[in-house]
Amino acid sequence: MTKPIKTLTLPGGMVLLGEPDKSFQSAAFQFVIPAGCVHDPLDRSGLGSLTCEMMLRGAGGRDSRALVNDLENLGIDRNESVSLSQAVFGGCGVASNLMPALSIYADILLRPHLPADQLGAGQAVCLQELQGLEDEVSQKLMIELRRQHYPAPWGRSSLGDAEAIDSASIADVQAFHKACYRPGGAILSVAGNFDWGQLCDVANELFGDWAPGTGPPEPAVEAIEPRRHLPSDTNQCHIGIAFDSAPYRHDDYFQAWAAVGVLSGGMSSRLFTEVREKRGLCYTVSASLQTQLDRAAVIAYAGTTAERAQETLDVTHAELLRLGEGVTQTELDRLKARIKSGLIMQQESTGSRSAALARDWRHLGRVRTVDELAAIVDAITADSINAYLEANPPTGFTFLTLGPKPLELPVPAGTPDTAERTDGGDARGV
Amino acid sequence: MEFKQHRLSNGLGIVAECNPSAHSSAIGFFVRAGARDETDDVAGVSHFLEHMMFKGTPARSADDVNREFDEMGAHYNAYTSEEHTVYYAAVLPEHQPACVGLLADILRPSLREEDFAMEKNVIREEIQMYLDQPPYGMDDHVKALCFGDHPIARSVLGTDESIAALSVDQMRDYFAARYEPGMITLAAAGKIDFDALTRQIEQVCGGWEPTGVVRDVPPPKPRKRFEAVAIEAATQQYALVLSGGPDAGDPGRYAAKLLATILGDDSGSRMYWDLVDPGLVESCSLGHYEYEGVGMFYTWLACSPDDIEVNLGRVNQLLADAVAKPITDAELSQARNKVKSRVVLGSERPRSRLFNVGGNWVQGRGYRSTADDLASLDAVTLADLNRVLERYPLNQAAVVTVGPRDDVATPAGYDA
Repeated sequence: MTKPIKTLTLPGGMVLLGEPDKSFQSAAFQFVIPAGCVHDPLDRSGLGSLTCEMMLRGAGGRDSRALVNDLENLGIDRNESVSLSQAVFGGCGVASNLMPALSIYADILLRPHLPADQLGAGQAVCLQELQGLEDEVSQKLMIELRRQHYPAPWGRSSLGDAEAIDSASIADVQAFHKACYRPGGAILSVAGNFDWGQLCDVANELFGDWAPGTGPPEPAVEAIEPRRHLPSDTNQCHIGIAFDSAPYRHDDYFQAWAAVGVLSGGMSSRLFTEVREKRGLCYTVSASLQTQLDRAAVIAYAGTTAERAQETLDVTHAELLRLGEGVTQTELDRLKARIKSGLIMQQESTGSRSAALARDWRHLGRVRTVDELAAIVDAITADSINAYLEANPPTGFTFLTLGPKPLELPVPAGTPDTAERTDGGDARGV
Repeated sequence: MEFKQHRLSNGLGIVAECNPSAHSSAIGFFVRAGARDETDDVAGVSHFLEHMMFKGTPARSADDVNREFDEMGAHYNAYTSEEHTVYYAAVLPEHQPACVGLLADILRPSLREEDFAMEKNVIREEIQMYLDQPPYGMDDHVKALCFGDHPIARSVLGTDESIAALSVDQMRDYFAARYEPGMITLAAAGKIDFDALTRQIEQVCGGWEPTGVVRDVPPPKPRKRFEAVAIEAATQQYALVLSGGPDAGDPGRYAAKLLATILGDDSGSRMYWDLVDPGLVESCSLGHYEYEGVGMFYTWLACSPDDIEVNLGRVNQLLADAVAKPITDAELSQARNKVKSRVVLGSERPRSRLFNVGGNWVQGRGYRSTADDLASLDAVTLADLNRVLERYPLNQAAVVTVGPRDDVATPAGYDA
């Protein structure tokens, strides 16, 4: 089932990845640029997001309205996002509109106007998003949990803070663009119905002379105020738990990933069975392995009403600890069936494929074929997972709750009995 | 791509869009049962029942159901709407018989009392979860404000009180009446062995007894009303604007989709340029929703609490201007390009074709290929859009605001 994956490094340093497949009517692309919020200056938190927002407000020969209208007329279903390490500009449409769309994106990335007269509107959009987060409580919890768990600046949120966004100038935006939007470390991945030779020609013409630039300074490191509970007048208590795991490029990644799959993949997985099915404690409970380049964490979440919250936390935590005792062969067999069908069904979406290509390149500097991935998954055994879990049992948990009142957090083994209970918004200790 | 269909003598329909070159098979039971088929004393039973369908059968425990779906690597789930409950799974083609067998078996559940009591907790948690999220239950509220006691205004989730009071016998009665073969369609898309599918369904579902139940489809009478609801815990202020629109059987529904795209798509629409791009709101969009005998235009607005009056005024003006500032050829053409592109993208996955094939069939529209949908979009003219606007004036809407403000001013044209 493997399709050939093509790669080309353009003169400026941008890497072009392609997986052509004539059986599609669509083509999807993704630009991944090393312009994440880790490069936000400490007093300009949110600058990366503001810059991304401003880049669509006119570029090359088009003003803001013409730019968006032309992309819409091409029927490009687009998305932009800024995460810790990168900004992603993705799009998907009928195959014949791929090349015209790429040409517009070359303007957006290389020649944005970043117009001063639209800075206020751009700031307002970022501030609205930040304000909206206050009502999305589970998302708010997850953002704060990452900040608490990872060493700074690796737990940052790209949304930034209101004061910093408000005080950003157009010169700040221009400087961020100049430093971070550059071909070194940039990736363009394309999947779907296109001709690789033609794509190479077009990409060379559009991005071949992209100047390397100087690059941003080393990320600054902010101080993080420890928090274990976020008081909120909600019906439910929201619980987040994080512990360290293996990043994508690590040899143990697939063992760690499979272990989390046993914990939370499918409705026969342990968390769903123990927390929801057997005890009826909540509607949502899940855990996933979230990877950065050099570090990763398993992030677990459960949301439940106050009177069941303590039991939900205790049962969820107990399942995380029990994972350290190992998984069974039958659990692994089910997981492998899900992974296998997931790999094949991913082949049905050009958007999924273009994202997978870019992700592999960013983490590994190469792209794994689907056959290679299938072979890796085949080689996973209960013994190999259990060896990993024995050497790396879930430990070093970060807990964070959001709701009307704090919970009693589990006391780590070896901690004296005097370890304090959480009793407020910023209790320390656990 | 080939469409095939068969009907069992008890009325259960089987439809499939067979694509021999697909990598996967998507299969789902579409049941014509939802919140609109409920009465007050069983409010929320359709959705609760959807959960209970995974709790086991005479042949399987709840654990068996979950385990067997996972063993075949199925991507599976279910959902309940105002008028349908759908149970579906996507699997690799070699698992078609096992998947169909399992789905068909859970369609005849045990509905055991102890499972019912346990799952009631989960449902009540789900209700609490939605009450913590915007729009804080006001989606149900605005439907009631607009459509009054029309069945479409019934809440899918029900309330904490209605779920707490529900008994397992009430659920069994509802199930026996509504999950009868004439109300059920088995739809499939992707790589499907249709002959095997038909044989299996004939064998497993052929003995299901019809009850002859019918659905009540009264004509809707949408109302122009305004209400402001205060929720102290909210940070942003939200507005929901609901009016009537073409229903699921109305040929004007393609024009309605394009109209909603022109006025209120997430990007490039009139609402986008007027409210979102300048940063006046967090979001503002308009969608068209279609049901049996009822259609809706539904605007959603989120912004800072202090700005709600001004922004709601802008939305109302924009909706009125759909007629006063006529839609242009350029707007129609741009919307058409966007929607057609989405149709093409959606057609590439059996999982999304399943909902198209099944949805069209249960709405009585027969089979519509991707090419049929594209042709219908191509045929829409400005005159079609104007006909929709004439029949369904967008400014004759029910409006609910919700957020921290308890003093939101009544918009012009609405009774205080």
